[in-house]
Amino acid sequence: MSEHTAPSVLRHTARSARNRRRRQELGFFQRHPHIFVHAALITGGFVMAFPFLWQLIVSLSTQAEVTNVPPSLWPEVLRWENYALVFDRVPFLRQFGVSAVVTIITVVGQIVFCSMAGFAFARMHFWGRGIIFAGILSILMVPTQAFLIPQFEIVQSLGLMNTVWGIAAPGVFSAFGTFLMRQAFLALPGEIEEAARLDGASPWQMFWRVMLPLTKPSLSALTIITVLFAWNSLLWPLVVTTEASRMPLAVSLATMQGQHGTEYPMLMAAALMAMAPVLVVFIVLQRRVVEGLAHSGLK
Amino acid sequence: MTAQTESASPAGVAGPAPADRPRRASARDGFWPWLFLAPLLIGMGAFYLWPVVQTFINTFMSIGPFGGGEFAGLANYRKLLSEPEFLRSVLNTIIYTAIVLLGVPIAIVISSLLNRPGLRFATLYRMLFFMPYVAMPTAIALVWRTIYNGDFGILNTFLAVFGLDGPHWISSPGYSLAALGAMGLWSALGFSLIILTAGLQNIPADLYEAAQLDGAGPWKQFISVTVPMLTPSIFLVVVVTSINAFQLFDLLFALMGTSNPAMKETQSMVFMFYEQGFIINDKGYASVIAIAIMVIVALFTLIQFRVQNKWVNYV
Repeated sequence: MSEHTAPSVLRHTARSARNRRRRQELGFFQRHPHIFVHAALITGGFVMAFPFLWQLIVSLSTQAEVTNVPPSLWPEVLRWENYALVFDRVPFLRQFGVSAVVTIITVVGQIVFCSMAGFAFARMHFWGRGIIFAGILSILMVPTQAFLIPQFEIVQSLGLMNTVWGIAAPGVFSAFGTFLMRQAFLALPGEIEEAARLDGASPWQMFWRVMLPLTKPSLSALTIITVLFAWNSLLWPLVVTTEASRMPLAVSLATMQGQHGTEYPMLMAAALMAMAPVLVVFIVLQRRVVEGLAHSGLK
Repeated sequence: MTAQTESASPAGVAGPAPADRPRRASARDGFWPWLFLAPLLIGMGAFYLWPVVQTFINTFMSIGPFGGGEFAGLANYRKLLSEPEFLRSVLNTIIYTAIVLLGVPIAIVISSLLNRPGLRFATLYRMLFFMPYVAMPTAIALVWRTIYNGDFGILNTFLAVFGLDGPHWISSPGYSLAALGAMGLWSALGFSLIILTAGLQNIPADLYEAAQLDGAGPWKQFISVTVPMLTPSIFLVVVVTSINAFQLFDLLFALMGTSNPAMKETQSMVFMFYEQGFIINDKGYASVIAIAIMVIVALFTLIQFRVQNKWVNYV
């Protein structure tokens, strides 16, 4: 403090001059220690973001602007009508609805079924607990193709082809979700359980009122993973939907590629609208999504 | 990470058991556990457990396009081994996986750059790098299809600036697999970054202080502190990324299209499964492919777990 008192003004300017000189001696890179880091990250970030940027540009161009050699890097007029064209080519709104409903069914189903089972495996005692849990875990090791044909036959024989129930059915039950929720319930302290039991809580109340609200981090991780999976997956919905108005967006895009594969602006507009909801949610909830994915360690 | 927690705490299987619990605790909760388990067990049994058995049975059947199969012995297995097409698809999948795994070292560097203390705009960078991972693969592949176009694609336009004449990436065999791999790497990078970033934040800061006192510069610190301490996360990333890469389907299907002449040379195991099972409708043969995929993925994962103690440091 004393150096800011009146007599020190001269000394002060002398010092700041000295500081300035020292800073110059430090050199450009010492004064900006992160300059190379930023250069590397900006270059990398551009490569990562470029396809999205290019998608946006193409979606607003005319067919000629895109297919010229070389293509024009920016459209002369922004053609928003390409987005309207998507709704002409395919029943996009219905497909969007199918994707949304399938995602909701899958998320709700997984949260309910996996957390109930996870609770039983973590907090209850019954015959065969270890064996049954090991059996469920072993399903994690099996790739989806090994289930797919019989699953298809079940859905077909139940008359659920081309329905949201058929698309959602297998995804509602998840070995991974059960594992995640079991871990969450295991981590809760036993005192909570004892206290609730002394208060005369039934097992259902114990689960629903006491324990489940305490597993929020795992529930949100499970929700995030399930939304990504349900909204984005292609193979299963491709197999169980044949009618355009019953398809989720991923199947619709894959089909459009075959039928309207050269209408690039329209196709890019459709692709952008199909992935927009998940991207927007991700950008808004970035921190939570990243925590959720890191928390689970798996997709 | 999950596998480690499992093996590290075998007691976890039994759950925390208070001391005053009676010895024969197994029946204490009566019918309640079964009520909690019923929906999941019925669903898992119907949609997973039984189907995997059924698939195995199907491998011995010859199933026509309209269902109704007859016993065919080992015919499907013989067909699998005699057709070079399947071997080719296995090879393609392995090459694709290898290319995607090249993203892991890149992710290690990027995540340690992103985690430098006091770095500005870190959130923005992180968002850019994570975005491809959450975007719908089918939609993304359509974008790359435009970028890769041999005549007017922006990639070849860019290469032309340097006087290079780019190939028709998607329709020429060989190039198509490389193009697919580059896209897969780009799309999987975000996952590696998420796991590695979480791993980096668990490295104690005093290790870096100690390294600094010993006169280690940033590069030396990266090589002798960051990478060794990160090996458990790197292992997880390698295992999960390769399991996901072995499932290559969405990106391939949407990038190439079913009528692409280069598809035969580029197709993955899963694509071949889909084509045999649902286009050609030979469900018996498709079942053999499914079982083969299962065995190959299991072998590959087993090898990775076997060699992990050669390079993974658990502290």
